[in-house]
Amino acid sequence: MDELLEVRGLHIEFHDHLVPETVVHDLSLSLSQGEILGIVGESGSGKSMTALAVAGLLNRHDMKKQGQILFEGRDLLSCPRSQLRQIQGRDIGVVFQEPMTSLNPVKRIGWQVEESLRIHTELTKQERYRRVVEALQDAELMEAERICRMYPHQLSGGMRQRVMIAAAFVCEPRLLIADEPTTALDVTVQAQILRLLKRKNREKKTAILFISHDLSLVRGLCERVIVMHRGRAVEAGRTEEVFEHPREAYTKALIAAIPRCGKGQKGGRK
Amino acid sequence: MKYTVKKLITMAVTLFVVSFLVYGAFSLMAGDPATSMLGTQATPEKVEALREELGLNDPLAVQYFRWAAAFLKGDMGTSYSYQMPVSRMVGDKIPVTLTLTLLAFLMVAGTAIPLGIYTARHQGGPADRFICMLNQAVMAVPPFFSGILITLVFGRILRLFTPGGYISYKEDVGGFIGYMIFPALAVALPKAAMAAKLLRSSVLSEVRRDYVRTAYSRGGSSRQVFYRHILKNALIPVITFLGMALADMVAGSIIIEQVFSIPGLGRILLTSIANRDYPVVEAVIVCIAFIVILINLIVDIIYQWVDPRISAEV
Repeated sequence: MDELLEVRGLHIEFHDHLVPETVVHDLSLSLSQGEILGIVGESGSGKSMTALAVAGLLNRHDMKKQGQILFEGRDLLSCPRSQLRQIQGRDIGVVFQEPMTSLNPVKRIGWQVEESLRIHTELTKQERYRRVVEALQDAELMEAERICRMYPHQLSGGMRQRVMIAAAFVCEPRLLIADEPTTALDVTVQAQILRLLKRKNREKKTAILFISHDLSLVRGLCERVIVMHRGRAVEAGRTEEVFEHPREAYTKALIAAIPRCGKGQKGGRK
Repeated sequence: MKYTVKKLITMAVTLFVVSFLVYGAFSLMAGDPATSMLGTQATPEKVEALREELGLNDPLAVQYFRWAAAFLKGDMGTSYSYQMPVSRMVGDKIPVTLTLTLLAFLMVAGTAIPLGIYTARHQGGPADRFICMLNQAVMAVPPFFSGILITLVFGRILRLFTPGGYISYKEDVGGFIGYMIFPALAVALPKAAMAAKLLRSSVLSEVRRDYVRTAYSRGGSSRQVFYRHILKNALIPVITFLGMALADMVAGSIIIEQVFSIPGLGRILLTSIANRDYPVVEAVIVCIAFIVILINLIVDIIYQWVDPRISAEV
């Protein structure tokens, strides 16, 4: 099968302490065109580090990366930065956890959404503006033209995350990395954002690498899931299988930790 | 727009308060201008007559408003010691002090911003470490002392200017600027060092922000990310500092004008205080206050233009 993304034996180590600290240990995963893969795990499990590594955003000098991150056959870990930059923003879009701080506070929304187009395309100003407005409308933002002229502080958290999604999708990437995209949002907005991501995935065949600590979100969205714990993938497989028949004790414990008020009450009455 | 109007009103109120305090303080202070004008040998009747003539027997509020109303029309009163209109004495001193301050400000902004950018982008490199060390040293030297050093080095040894040979801007503008460069340098040095250090640390803290990571995720080069994203954010605290520094330099020029014997506002302020020449003192202080407040207004407007979050908070 032709894989869009294939991670082989990814190993990430930090050297900022006396003893090197391994945050991701021998992780392998693959993602094909149009697929949604979830990575779940608690804080510090290495899931965000994996996401940043795939996005090519781990460049600190005090860390060591080994293995391969093959995007359409090209290794993002070993290719020169100039090549990596051509892929970032054009073929890989990223949506981060904090929509409050992920946008530049002193630049207009339109300018920020437009940025990938400015970097990667030869479009004229008018064409870029049209694409920006379309992207904002597609992210279900009303009055897109007005929002273009606004600044991040004038928008709500949910609107900012839609702006982030519009910006990530403006070049129509083949892979979207969503690092806890709904964690900072309230539940109703969360559901809207997930529906938006799902629709994008269906319509544009964009593959999504969805990082979350929230098992129920992952269950609702992803076809396949990887459970990470202390930098290792402890379990992987089709979402239904992993959730119905978890093999590992850690996965069982994670699933057992999901609060289920409805079922619990029924059981209590019987 | 609303923001600017609000700031203008604040400015007017501040000026009113400052001028009233200055006027009131000098009226309440010990020492009678009438006596000092007539000398100790004057008869009480003569002193009393002069007090009446100067309006010193009226209530303070009446005196203040009479003075303020005349001031607004450009009449700053008459100097007690020189018997000439204060506006003539002060008027041609304002451009001198303003030139000194503006020259110093241009030096600060012109060196601190490139230096701050350079040191932040080459953090930890040999040039960065050298400049940081130099900054530390320059920052610690007060302007009057660096003024003396500059006079020694540029005036006595290199002979680039004649110490004490002030050239009036009315005679030769080029010569005037050529002379003013050196006192301006003395005023600018510590401020430039501080501003460069501030910009450097501001850039280094902005680099770690989430929006920078977002900018990289779109495929921007480090140069693009720096100039399009980081710089504007990093300049916000520096603009605040430059505004304060500019106001500080107006006031600080009083001392440096002594060192370089420049007949500016500072010079005339010191002599008129010594002579108890209240109309002159009041006029100079109100002028300095006006300049400082005006600078603050300009900084506030620039600030709002750089940081869109400001106007939302008003």
